[in-house]
Amino acid sequence: MSDTNSTENYSAAGEVGQVRLKRTVFQRAWIELKKAPITAWFGLIVIAIYIFMVVFAPFVAPYGEAQVFPDSYAPWSDEHYLGTDQIGRDLYSRLIYGGRNTVGIAFVTTVLAFVIGGALGLIAAIDRKWLDQGISRMVDVLMAIPSLIFALVILAILDKTTFNLIIVIAVLDSTRVFRLTRAVALNVVVMDYVEAARLRGEGLGWVMRKEILPNIMPPLIAEFGLRFCFVFLTIAALSFLGFGIQPPLADWGSMVRENASLIQFAQFDLKSGLTPLIPAAAIALLTIAVNFIVDWFLHKTSGLKDEH
Amino acid sequence: MSTKKGKKGDVLLDMKDIVIDGYSDERWHEIVKGVDLKLHRGEVMGLIGESGAGKSTLGLAAMGFARPGCRLTSGSIKFDGMELMGMPEKERRKLWGSRIAYVAQSAAASFNPAHKLIDQTVEATVGHNIRPSADARTDAVDLYGALQLPNPDTIGERYPHQVSGGQLQRMMTAMAMSPRPDLIIFDEPTTALDVTTQVEVLIAMRDIVDQFDTAAIYITHDLSVVAQMADFIKVLRYGEEVEEAETRKMLKSPEMPYTKSLWSVRSLEKPEDKSEDVVISIKNVDAAYGGTVKVLHDVNIDVPRGRTVAVVGESGSGKSTTARVITGLLPPISGEVLFNGEPLPKALKERSKDQLRKIQMIYQMADTAMNPRHTVEEIIGRPLQFYHGVTGKQRTDRVLELLKMIELDESFLDRLPNEMSGGQKQRICIARALAADPEVIICDEVTSALDQIVQEGILKLLLRLQEELGITYLFITHDIATVKAISDEIVVMFQGRVVEQGLKSEILNPPHPDYTQLLLSSVPEMDPDWLTNLQNERDAQT
Repeated sequence: MSDTNSTENYSAAGEVGQVRLKRTVFQRAWIELKKAPITAWFGLIVIAIYIFMVVFAPFVAPYGEAQVFPDSYAPWSDEHYLGTDQIGRDLYSRLIYGGRNTVGIAFVTTVLAFVIGGALGLIAAIDRKWLDQGISRMVDVLMAIPSLIFALVILAILDKTTFNLIIVIAVLDSTRVFRLTRAVALNVVVMDYVEAARLRGEGLGWVMRKEILPNIMPPLIAEFGLRFCFVFLTIAALSFLGFGIQPPLADWGSMVRENASLIQFAQFDLKSGLTPLIPAAAIALLTIAVNFIVDWFLHKTSGLKDEH
Repeated sequence: MSTKKGKKGDVLLDMKDIVIDGYSDERWHEIVKGVDLKLHRGEVMGLIGESGAGKSTLGLAAMGFARPGCRLTSGSIKFDGMELMGMPEKERRKLWGSRIAYVAQSAAASFNPAHKLIDQTVEATVGHNIRPSADARTDAVDLYGALQLPNPDTIGERYPHQVSGGQLQRMMTAMAMSPRPDLIIFDEPTTALDVTTQVEVLIAMRDIVDQFDTAAIYITHDLSVVAQMADFIKVLRYGEEVEEAETRKMLKSPEMPYTKSLWSVRSLEKPEDKSEDVVISIKNVDAAYGGTVKVLHDVNIDVPRGRTVAVVGESGSGKSTTARVITGLLPPISGEVLFNGEPLPKALKERSKDQLRKIQMIYQMADTAMNPRHTVEEIIGRPLQFYHGVTGKQRTDRVLELLKMIELDESFLDRLPNEMSGGQKQRICIARALAADPEVIICDEVTSALDQIVQEGILKLLLRLQEELGITYLFITHDIATVKAISDEIVVMFQGRVVEQGLKSEILNPPHPDYTQLLLSSVPEMDPDWLTNLQNERDAQT
């Protein structure tokens, strides 16, 4: 062949690759937000308001968390926006502080559940031998028992402290996180780059943190949102039953229980009748808001394309 | 039977000035930029070009179809006198699967694993009411026979996982053929197959297209394959037509420089060089997966220092398993691997950092070999830090040095893997292996996922690095042209056994053991008569 020069203008660097425009994280986030559906915006705004209320509770709330006023079961008024409860505490203030306790504890619990479940899930996915079997079967056992009942039993035995509450719920919920993490990590563990890292002699910590974790973040973040809702509902349910957050700390679950009897006065005074429903509505609103965001996020990361 | 169609020689498909846009990174880009295409009844057109040249997109456009994320922007597609542009999808659907059929690259991914093959073969024919189910089934059995599938009467009763890859690909051809379409679009139908299987599929497809006078568009990046199949060839690059000519004419005298470069790629050949200094020696290795399925039987291979040993064989022959034994990923049942005369510990965990460093690996799929969340600097920098403790500015400098060595520049430092082309990714993988400062690099099919010109670039790079750094390669491949280009010695493997090992000149020239003969004769050549001759030769033997 005489003509071998025709590839001379070939250069490896000149090959066409899809080069991403250089944008900052904030620019990218803003582009995504602009395209976000109205439901996602609703969720974001609601959560922003909740966060503001929770963080600045002492400044936003007109009275203290456990401040007792002379008249119990006071009706709605300018002094007490939502009236007072059975021993005369301002319900509006307790609603705000209650958010702080319920949401705060739920958040801490969820983070803990993810640390436990996520770490074990990654280890199980990488190991794939007896360790995987051992952890997985233990998780199966834990999941076989209805978690609310299990939590009730354990909390009945242990002291009803906030610390115990967090630990018990975190451990029970970490089983779900474990399953998810293990399942999504299994798809990544088989990738050549994980094998390459093992061939390099990298330790377990590096493989978990640097090779696998960044690639399974989207489903985990979505699960975090959902898990947060469940934890938060579990805490509210336990509090409603008297096993959760203990008085005098305010929380939405026990606020519903304490004022539940007011509902029968709805025929005489509609506003007072609604009072026990307001903490319940706060729970519902937050759950919905979180779910809207999770939906949007999942839709974005799952690669589903909008139909034109 | 289907309606009487026009006679041979009529224009079947006439595409004019086709523009197709693709959507990515928030913008529409032109993928196909004004290409014309004309196909007569009974003609087979070869459409070739590198990946990203727009050949598949254009092929699908011939059906009036655009993939999700693409749109047919302008131009005219006349199929048998009907204008497909602007035709409602409902109308186009009537043509798809009845008058225009499509054979995809991955048959395994295109069949529904839950249905019997024959049900899927006749689905379109029956669904479009072209003929009743019973007729279609009888016809399907005939087609299976014509495609030389084993047991044509009963094979249709099987499920997709019960037949081999080559059989499945022929099944798909039968499925496309069942409604007797006017046009079949073959989209890289043999790319995923072994050479020995590819030959059978090619023969079957060519004969059946011939037999029914079907027009076809054959999309591929493999010139020697297209030379066997097509009456004329169209070369695409960057969404534009480079050249179109009758097959023989184009093979003999390509006109455009780009086409010529495609043709000349395969002429790369390294002079062989003998060496007695053995760096890796595999001794009597038996290996098995899961302790039961034995995949390697008494394998002995010697790898001389500073040379390239090519391991060839079809898939399932144990090539990659051999690599896994050497790297320690799969401890052998018996036998040992000597490295510089010292036995290597069998399992990965027992090997020292230094032992690990000296044997590096490059993978077939550069996409999956690099963490998609790591930048180039992190990817190449990690072995530097891990093995040599180099950090900070020193590390960046060394990464830049390595980038230069693989002919890339500093603009790549903060790129992520999906921001590079296939060839660039493979170069980064090479740089990652070099960063460890290895003695041996195991290359597992490193060029088989790349286009011809890019392949040549990578092979040249590997040869240059060997010259400069004296690295030893164990080169696993099923492509004989690559073997010719790069190797000093060749090991032929078949069903977990070494058939023969020797210098390139010894292995590639007769006399051959039977298997080597079959393997070598199945490699398509740039001769439009090659397949016909081979078919005659093999028929004569049986």
